[in-house]
Amino acid sequence: MDRLDKLALELRKDVARLIHKAGTGHIGGDFSVMEILVTLYFEVMDINKDDFPNPCRDRFVLSKGHCVEALYAVLARKGFIDWDDVFDGYGAFGSRFIGHPNNKIPGIEMNTGSLGHGLAIGVGMALASRMDDGRNRVYVVMGDGELDEGSVWEAAMAAASYRLGNLCAVIDRNRLQISGRTEDVMGLDPLDEKWKSFGWNVLACNGNSCEELSAAFLLASRCGTRPSVIIANTVKGYGASLMEDKASWHHKVPDEQELSLILDGLDRRMEGLS
Amino acid sequence: MSKTACKKIICEELCARAAHDKDIVVLCSDSRGSAGMSGFFEMYPSRAFEVGIAEQDIVSIAAGMAASGKKPFVFSPASFLTSRSYEQVKVDCAYSDMNVKLIGVSGGVSYGALGYSHHATNDIACMCALPNMAVYMPSDGRQAASLVGHLLSDPGPAYVRVGRNPVDDIYGSGAQFAPGRAISPLSPWPDCDVVIISCGEMVKAAVDAAMALEKDGVKVSVIDMYCLKPFDVDAVISHARNASLVVTVEEHVPSGGLGSLVAQAISSNCPKPVHSLSLPDGPVVSGTSQEVFAFYHLDSEGIAREVKRLLGVN
Ligand SMILES: Cc1ncc(C[n+]2csc(CCOP(=O)(O)OP(=O)(O)O)c2C)c(N)n1
Ligand SMILES: [Mg+2]
Repeated sequence: MDRLDKLALELRKDVARLIHKAGTGHIGGDFSVMEILVTLYFEVMDINKDDFPNPCRDRFVLSKGHCVEALYAVLARKGFIDWDDVFDGYGAFGSRFIGHPNNKIPGIEMNTGSLGHGLAIGVGMALASRMDDGRNRVYVVMGDGELDEGSVWEAAMAAASYRLGNLCAVIDRNRLQISGRTEDVMGLDPLDEKWKSFGWNVLACNGNSCEELSAAFLLASRCGTRPSVIIANTVKGYGASLMEDKASWHHKVPDEQELSLILDGLDRRMEGLS
Repeated sequence: MSKTACKKIICEELCARAAHDKDIVVLCSDSRGSAGMSGFFEMYPSRAFEVGIAEQDIVSIAAGMAASGKKPFVFSPASFLTSRSYEQVKVDCAYSDMNVKLIGVSGGVSYGALGYSHHATNDIACMCALPNMAVYMPSDGRQAASLVGHLLSDPGPAYVRVGRNPVDDIYGSGAQFAPGRAISPLSPWPDCDVVIISCGEMVKAAVDAAMALEKDGVKVSVIDMYCLKPFDVDAVISHARNASLVVTVEEHVPSGGLGSLVAQAISSNCPKPVHSLSLPDGPVVSGTSQEVFAFYHLDSEGIAREVKRLLGVN
């Protein structure tokens, strides 16, 4: 699992350089969600560029679409897209690599960006899979601030009501949104109780540990007919101490000096792993 | 000439007026930073409400407050406020005729390369289609400031679209903006060759294009339709009647916006072709708003070029 944690740190370097160069991006959320994406793409999900879009593939929706830079880095490492194309194109005039997921890009299923749509889309995918007797699973990653949207809870009810055991939601629980701490902006706690009362199988883990995430995904896949939600407790800006747990880094762009601090910090964490 | 974002002016104006009007309340949806409203939240914490990322909720909450005598101003990105919340706006604000002022920030293609989900390019069509709803798109800070006073004196629902970027001053300190009336930023020609009708951020580009065209001997009148509903049909007709060419310029899709409103007014009063410069019917090319404007002939050079092409001069 150190291998995956290391990869997640490495991909953060790509993301930091990309955002610095393009002058735009959501670095805080990219850094909190990275282990979740890495674990899903390199350990859990059955998705490969060679047979994409194989109808039996697992489905993935990045509902917190503003963190597309992290997804670009993962998709490039999976071979779906070329990192040089992303690096040259992202933020440039006329590029297809824009600031939110777009399904013209290989490997991306749905266009997101407006928060609160992904879970319902996942419900639709999970229902379709069941109609087709599919064995595939559906994964939706949401932000915690995103849970303020009522549509999330409509989908939560539908998933439990339809007994969608093939649906797994992940909440990037970094406790921050744009305006500050989630509990100050709009209280979510007790979050686990809320999901339980909606009929979900609720799991919680350190969301910046691929090992813990991996174990949680395994448990989720074994829970029968209840949909599962993993409350992934993360740190926004994880991996670079100057950004960690700071709302101001939601979409701040690192300058030259900050970039080098971020890259150094990531290098030091990587040394700590090996 | 200074550059200010209209949202900043609106915040300052509301802060000043709230000192004397205890019914003014402000609501944000994790949007106070992008709306430039942090100042109001600091000055009037008991009259500033954060509802989280919940654009449907925010509109209905505001309507409930209005039904109980408050004067709510809702600040949220224009894209979400006019799409996600559309039914709440339709039923709770427009149909119930509530005193809710909806301020759509970062409208049009302000969000640039964040893409279509974040663009509000159909908001004017949506909002103009609702009963009781007044719809505004101010072109500079002075107009935005004066609009706040008007919004407070009008008891009905209204939608205001402002962009994210600072805009140049267009009007001098003596300019008067009458509610519901268009205004000419340049002294209009009694017998112009071309009338350019625009609103919002496009007015500055239209003015610059008009001045460039004038150097080439083309007489251009410019109309700033900062109030899109009610629509000043008289202003459009009086300028368009004698012009050989009518051109509209808007940061909006081709249908249902300024071009459609002008064409409708002209077809029933002084029929002649209306040439509409707008964004395309679909997601725009990715880029900053300035790049997007240039690509679709919505900057001053593009407007001047299109006018000359339509006039057959070069
Ligand atoms: C419907 C909608 N409203 C508002 C926004 C603007 N917005 C983008 S990111 C964000 C905060 C998201 O916070 P959270 O879900 O906690 O994401 P994270 O902390 O992981 O970045 C907001 C309000 C949006 N994208 N969609
Ligand atoms: Mg968050």
